Amino acid sequence: MSLMGGADNDTAIKVEGLGKRFGDVQAVADVEFEVLSGEVFGFLGPNGAGKTTTINILTGLALPDTGTIHIGEIDCTKKPRGAQHLIGVVPDENNLYPELSGFDNLCFCAALYGMSKTERQARARELLEAFDLTKAASRKFDSYSKGMKRKLTIAAGIIHKPKILFLDEPTTGIDVASARHLHKLIRELNRNGTTIFLTTHYIQEAEQLCDRIAFIVSGNIVRVDSVENLVQPIQGKHVIHISCSNYPDDLQIKLNKEFPCLKFMTIQKNLISVEADESIHVGSLVCFLDKQGVDVLEARKIKLSLEDVFVNVTGIGADTMHSEKEKKGGKQ
Amino acid sequence: MRLLIAFWNIMLKDVRSYYLKPPNISWGLIFPLAWTTMFFIRSGSGMESVSTVLPGVVALSILFGTTSLLAVTVTFEKKNRSFERLLLAPIPLELLMLAKTSGAILFGMANAFVPVVIAAFLIDLSQVEWIVFVLAVFLISVVSTFLGFFVAIEVSEVFEAQTFSNFFRFPMIFLCGLFFPIAALPTFIQPLSYALPLTYGADMLHGAVHGGYIMPFFVDLIILIGLCVVLFVASLRSIKRKWIL
Repeated sequence: MSLMGGADNDTAIKVEGLGKRFGDVQAVADVEFEVLSGEVFGFLGPNGAGKTTTINILTGLALPDTGTIHIGEIDCTKKPRGAQHLIGVVPDENNLYPELSGFDNLCFCAALYGMSKTERQARARELLEAFDLTKAASRKFDSYSKGMKRKLTIAAGIIHKPKILFLDEPTTGIDVASARHLHKLIRELNRNGTTIFLTTHYIQEAEQLCDRIAFIVSGNIVRVDSVENLVQPIQGKHVIHISCSNYPDDLQIKLNKEFPCLKFMTIQKNLISVEADESIHVGSLVCFLDKQGVDVLEARKIKLSLEDVFVNVTGIGADTMHSEKEKKGGKQ
Repeated sequence: MRLLIAFWNIMLKDVRSYYLKPPNISWGLIFPLAWTTMFFIRSGSGMESVSTVLPGVVALSILFGTTSLLAVTVTFEKKNRSFERLLLAPIPLELLMLAKTSGAILFGMANAFVPVVIAAFLIDLSQVEWIVFVLAVFLISVVSTFLGFFVAIEVSEVFEAQTFSNFFRFPMIFLCGLFFPIAALPTFIQPLSYALPLTYGADMLHGAVHGGYIMPFFVDLIILIGLCVVLFVASLRSIKRKWIL
């Protein structure tokens, strides 16, 4: 499927020099990226990083101050709402009609894209079944659970079979089972050829679903790469976290001297991180610490993930992202 | 065809979701009925005063019906972000606005005929110029709806929309010649009367019901159409400025 005019036939979205300011706040600054046709592209960053502003600009709900956008063959800089027929949008908050039933909501959304009555009813039934909502089809949207609301909002976003789907924080605030089901549905959509632009602050979700990821912090993209390339430097690395009850000042110097092949870092008070390219022998480390009079409370093997890459690249602690999950009623 | 389907369904959804709800139907019936009774009793001059009062009641029924409901529906949909769904659809903004307001225009017109039906039982309406009357009802509905729409875009809460609407609705009752002739108003207020859209609609209605035009029919017509266009363009610009940031 070729979606894109301009530079490359395999490019679904191309953004260059995108900038947007709200008063004193530079929401997005000189953002550049390309989304390839048929891929799941992740936009990962903390709250306020500029993810939703970028989506709003790409979908025609906001106008950029600077930069150019191409969606499919359309120059959205000249026609900000010109690509509406190509895109589907699932916003970060459910925005369906509370007074309408699930079925009527889907039929109404389909009508907005000019689908005939027979077409939209058939499509609504098909999606209700795919999203496991057939039994709740005649219930009002207002009476749905959070997970059901999210599923129906996603169904509404794909009612017209868009070539590109924008998913803004699709699993925020829903339970683990519903989130897993949604992940499955997103993968299926992508397998069927839909290009997906996913914004999330769940690093694990991005790692599981995305082909490529852009890290965005304070309106700037700090890195864009495939998940494979991003995690490649940490693959094969062995890390152990050792927590102790006391921590002499010269301990790290002694450790470096005794174990020259290992890399030691004090990451928190009384918490040492040990890193190596080969397997770490914990016994000898604990014995050495014991001889130095250090009480070892715990030695834990750490499995490195994209989260560690994110922390390294952006300088934003994982705890910041975790606290945002809690604020938003996250599930992970 | 694609756009027609979208237009029709947006209008139909609004009519079903908002305008055909029992509280709104009762509002549409009770409000004109209350106004008619109030002015009829106040006039104290028997059945012959009904034809004088009728144009004012019709105009007020439309004005309050359309502006009140749009203030609720548009502001509510904007607040719960379902209006975003409409903005994301491949529909030109102009058509979207027409679809969104057409339900209110129909509601306003339906409201207008409640006092007419009541009056039909009380007086002989055979002298009424019905083509002019229906045209006036239509234009007042359109101009009131666009006025309500403009207000609804400018505010963020339903109560703000209602309060803001009252700033122009209540003065219009007294300044537009609905129940008191403009000529009877203090001279310094009269220019304000001619700046209000309802003045021209009321004049058309008075003319249609009992032949008492103040201004030539075509002046009323052109000014009302002009005001509809101005309010439509202003609302469109306001949507682009406030909702497409």
